Amino acid sequence: MCSVNPKPTDPGRGQRRYGLFASAAFRLSLVYLAVFAAFAAALIAYMAWSTRVILADQSRETIAAEVRGLGEQYAAGGIQQLVAAVANRAEGPANALYLVTSFAGQSLAGNIAELPVETLRGDGFYQVPYRHVADTDDMTREAEVRVFRLAGGFVLVVGRDIGDRIAFERILTRAGLIAAALTLLLGIAGGVYIRRRILMRMDAMSDTARAIMGGDLSNRVAVAGRGDEFDRLGDSLNAMLARIEGLVRGMREVTDNVAHDLKTPLTRLKARAEDALRAIDSGKRLSAAARRAVLEETIAEADHLISVFDALLAIAKAEAGEGARQDRVDLAALAEVAAELYAPLAEDAGIALRVDAAPDCIVLANQVLLARAVSNLLENALTHGRRDADATVTVTVTRQGADALLTVADNGPGIPPQDRARVLQRFVRLEMSRTHPGSGLGLSLVNAVAHLHNGALELDDNAPGLRAGLRLPLAGERAGDDGSGGA
Amino acid sequence: MKILLVEDDAETARYIVKGLAEAGHACDHAGDGDTGLEMAGTGIYDVAIVDRMLPGLGGLDLVSALRGRGDETPVLILSALGAVDDRVTGLRAGGDDYLAKPYAFSELLARVETLARRGGGNNAETRLEVGDLVLDRLSRKVTREGRAILLQPREFRLLECLMRHAGQVVTRTMLLEQVWDYNFDPQTNIIDVHVSRLRGKIDRDFDQPLLHTVRGAGYVLRESEAN
Repeated sequence: MCSVNPKPTDPGRGQRRYGLFASAAFRLSLVYLAVFAAFAAALIAYMAWSTRVILADQSRETIAAEVRGLGEQYAAGGIQQLVAAVANRAEGPANALYLVTSFAGQSLAGNIAELPVETLRGDGFYQVPYRHVADTDDMTREAEVRVFRLAGGFVLVVGRDIGDRIAFERILTRAGLIAAALTLLLGIAGGVYIRRRILMRMDAMSDTARAIMGGDLSNRVAVAGRGDEFDRLGDSLNAMLARIEGLVRGMREVTDNVAHDLKTPLTRLKARAEDALRAIDSGKRLSAAARRAVLEETIAEADHLISVFDALLAIAKAEAGEGARQDRVDLAALAEVAAELYAPLAEDAGIALRVDAAPDCIVLANQVLLARAVSNLLENALTHGRRDADATVTVTVTRQGADALLTVADNGPGIPPQDRARVLQRFVRLEMSRTHPGSGLGLSLVNAVAHLHNGALELDDNAPGLRAGLRLPLAGERAGDDGSGGA
Repeated sequence: MKILLVEDDAETARYIVKGLAEAGHACDHAGDGDTGLEMAGTGIYDVAIVDRMLPGLGGLDLVSALRGRGDETPVLILSALGAVDDRVTGLRAGGDDYLAKPYAFSELLARVETLARRGGGNNAETRLEVGDLVLDRLSRKVTREGRAILLQPREFRLLECLMRHAGQVVTRTMLLEQVWDYNFDPQTNIIDVHVSRLRGKIDRDFDQPLLHTVRGAGYVLRESEAN
């Protein structure tokens, strides 16, 4: 953990270096390790404890059995027979221990050479050191013994050597410790390994992000194709990046177009004013009509600029979701008002304008925006459509399932299929329409308005001509009381 | 006519006051909302022009306060926010008309004069007359010199609108709003075509033209070309 306070505003300068413990993967594997180690330790401890209990019980039971046998001998033949039996049994396996002493503590029979003095004075079970008769050194062995006080001061000691048991317990403890150490070691190594694996892929993602922040929007996160969590994350990130790249590119295009399409009329406007000023400076007397013409052209140019700005704002607002009012709009009425407004224009141009509208196509929409969209479509059809005796423009309103479709169709040159998506962009004007007046914003606005109302603008071939369709979801018949709860 | 202008931009105010004076109207100017409300309270104004964005008391609050006092002085709201919903909120606050910046002065003048005249109450008259042209709102008949003139329903509404504002300039935007209920300007000058058709019906066969074009502003329906 080197950099305590990295500058978040300076992502390009060097990577932040994080310590081992800052890694989420490492911390997670540590937690996992701790839980696993605790469980393993508990398991080993339980096994050791129960083994010990079983072994201890076994030796006590053996001692008890021996004591019962010797007790019978004692009952049958008194101390002499007991001493004889003990002497006999002491010849047996070395781990079975016996001792009979007199009241003076003198050994009468048995294979125990020496015991702690206080043990011989006691009565019951003891775990004590002892010396075997075969041994030469001091009391180095361990035994579990049962001490009985008999009549006449005699003492009977029966026991089992527990040296093996202690050795076994020691081995068990060591094995437990080794297992714990191994678990810990493997756990840490695994944590480090996982952290490194994860870090490698995370770092790759971080590097991509940094490259993108550096301005290369085409960069993408590498996807290994294993379909794991990282691939899923990578796919999501890549999808997001593609969307952002698209938006930024769109924004750039719009900015470029706005700059171009607004600078041109502004330049004209400025040139005209400068021209007039130069004429005055040179002492030339402009006629009243000429002065008026200059000013009128200037105002017309300004009006055009205002309308372009207005349309751009309307598009931007519609795209941002503003103005989504819920007026109940009857598309037939809307189409008829619009057609009636443009009827004289069509008539003067010799274009047959027809309306064929189905009744009761009600949509929930912003009435003003919708009227504007329809008026844009009509203006387009009237200016870009056919302009001779056979020219027709048809407005229809139809129901199509859950949608209402308002189409405006002409029989002019139409729009080639490859250009249909393009004309929806701002300021795009096709070569053949350059001679007609327009800003290239009409269809963009219609498209934005359609999307604002969860609809779509569809451009189709009217064979010949263009059929522009504004598709909008129909309002529920009895909105609110049909109980379906659907939107 | 006495007009109150509440506008914080001195340059715009100067230009409007000058224009209104040239059109023969006296205009007082207030630079902020509080002063504007105080001046409007004197009740001597025929119309108030109120900018929406004002320092201190905002334009809409000013209008609401005025209406709250029961003052019915017609108010024209000016705003740089032209969108439909801004217009709706403006009118809901008690404004009588709404004009988005940037506007032509002729548009402002036409709307102010219309608002001032609205108090006259000719909105309720059933019979409108300009010279020998008569429009009956109940029977929906139009005659000139006693001869019946046949009009399409929309032409009737267009003429009705012009006759209600007889003697005043009515702009294309006002006609779109009042006759077609369109609150935006179509790109083509479609209104000119409609007006020229109406002119063909009410003026062509008669010596004295009634429907005149006012250059750079709009149309006016009046008896003679004088003045």
